[in-house]
Amino acid sequence: MRVEQIAVFLENKSGRLAEITAILADNDINIRALSVADTADFGILRLIVNDVEKAKNILQDGGFTVGKTDVLAVEVVDKTGGLATVLKCLHSAGINVEYMYAFVNKSGENAVLIFRFEKMDEAIEVLSKNGFTLLSGEQICAL
Amino acid sequence: MSVIYWEEEMETLPRVGLESIQLRRLQHLVARVYKTVKPYRRKMDEAGVKPEDIQSLEDLRKLPFTAKEDLRNNYPFGLFTVPMEEVVRVHASSGTTGKPTVVGYTSKDIDTWAGIMARALCCAGATKEDMVQNAYGYGLFTGGLGAHYGIEKLGATVIPVSGGNSKRQINIMKDFRSTVLLSTPSYALNLADAMDSMDIAPTSLSLRVGIFGAEPWSENMREEVEKKLNLKAVDIYGLSEVMGPGVAQECLLADRGMHIFEDHFLPEIIDPDSGEVLPPGEQGELVFTTLTKEAFPIIRYRTKDISRLIYDQCECGRTLVRMEKVTGRTDDMLIIRGVNVFPSQVEHVLMGIEGVEPHYQIVVEREGNLDTMSVQVEVSEGLFSDEIRVLENLTKKIQADVKSLLGVTCKVKLVEPKTIQRSEGKAQRVIDNRKIW
Repeated sequence: MRVEQIAVFLENKSGRLAEITAILADNDINIRALSVADTADFGILRLIVNDVEKAKNILQDGGFTVGKTDVLAVEVVDKTGGLATVLKCLHSAGINVEYMYAFVNKSGENAVLIFRFEKMDEAIEVLSKNGFTLLSGEQICAL
Repeated sequence: MSVIYWEEEMETLPRVGLESIQLRRLQHLVARVYKTVKPYRRKMDEAGVKPEDIQSLEDLRKLPFTAKEDLRNNYPFGLFTVPMEEVVRVHASSGTTGKPTVVGYTSKDIDTWAGIMARALCCAGATKEDMVQNAYGYGLFTGGLGAHYGIEKLGATVIPVSGGNSKRQINIMKDFRSTVLLSTPSYALNLADAMDSMDIAPTSLSLRVGIFGAEPWSENMREEVEKKLNLKAVDIYGLSEVMGPGVAQECLLADRGMHIFEDHFLPEIIDPDSGEVLPPGEQGELVFTTLTKEAFPIIRYRTKDISRLIYDQCECGRTLVRMEKVTGRTDDMLIIRGVNVFPSQVEHVLMGIEGVEPHYQIVVEREGNLDTMSVQVEVSEGLFSDEIRVLENLTKKIQADVKSLLGVTCKVKLVEPKTIQRSEGKAQRVIDNRKIW
């Protein structure tokens, strides 16, 4: 139950994010979730989109360095302590989070947490065993 | 001001006398090198020249040149003329790729060098009364130890402080009453800034002469350093392949140029393209033949430094020819804080890191008074990661590898693909914004 995410290398210079989103929009790519991780010199844009291959190709054609990574999408009820429960469970199983970001779906009932772990398979096992809902790429796009 | 010489006779010898000494030494050297060093013998045989063909100083031009590549091809000790048991010290400088250029000295070489360096110090006005702060780096680099032995030979007091740690340098300067400072010119300016921030007026110190070298510097920089440090600044020239510091030294009276200690080092100026020797006074590439070195003599070494020889009689009384301040390079070598850096070395580091395509550019700036080098590397898909940590480790690794190979700290900046300009012919690997020549 992995979800494909694309990551784009960004130099910290003005207009780059605007450029990428314009390329995606022009090609009918819908961004479902996004995060930007940045340092003083560069940033990494991470995206969950409705058409991973197409998005990757058009961004590469646009001269960007693009990578594809698997992440996990965990659905939790959007209420206080939702994230804490997931993290507590992972922590007790000794699984470290490389990075994460989150979004709330349209209905506002559930939140979706996007995770990247060093030990992806173990994380899937631990989360499933503890009754958390893992979403597929299609499910995210359908939200 | 009375002029002090270290070896007055040799320093003021009429040219005819000097040339006869040079020829005798040259003949002796060529015969010895031909006999003892295979690579030299092979090159001379290929050029069809025998030691007995050297009948005049003019005949020097019959001999093949020696280039940095010859040192690399015979790494590390292949061009030494004596067995290693007679070599008491080695030094090294940057090679054009991964391997450094290694030179060696016999015990007599060390003594000769100390004498030449003592001459250079005298030429700059230093005496045995002086307290000499030696802020050239000690180690494989010839600067620190080369100057050190000369200062001791002169009988002055040497403070072997080496480079770096400006605050300590200034405290020593103040407490020990240093009168002479040896460092790179950019480091001298850095010390001036540090003094300013420590609220120490240069006039409260005892500095009177600064002997600055190991990197190019302009006349403007001389004025600045003289004003800021309240001393007289003179230029020194040297390179490890020829000996180290002390090959040539500016005197206090010359309005331009450094006296080459010609009884030890025979200079020529050539056209860098054709290799032809140029008439006196013309600008071209400086070439040196050592006349007295034992362990590592060198014949017609192409320095790649652009200069000019000035034969006018100097007011100081020395008859030794002067070389003009180096005004450029015939290759792409950079000098960063006194360290020679070849772009090819940086490339070598990058190629050694998995995933890095050699699309890079070196940008050199002078920030304040210190040179900074940054290496921009295009992020290819092979090395890209969606994790910050991985990319940060990559920049740290490049930085550490450059530091370890070159001895220079650089900044590493990851850039997007195709941001580094590609030109039709040779890629522009270096942008030097310092305007030092």
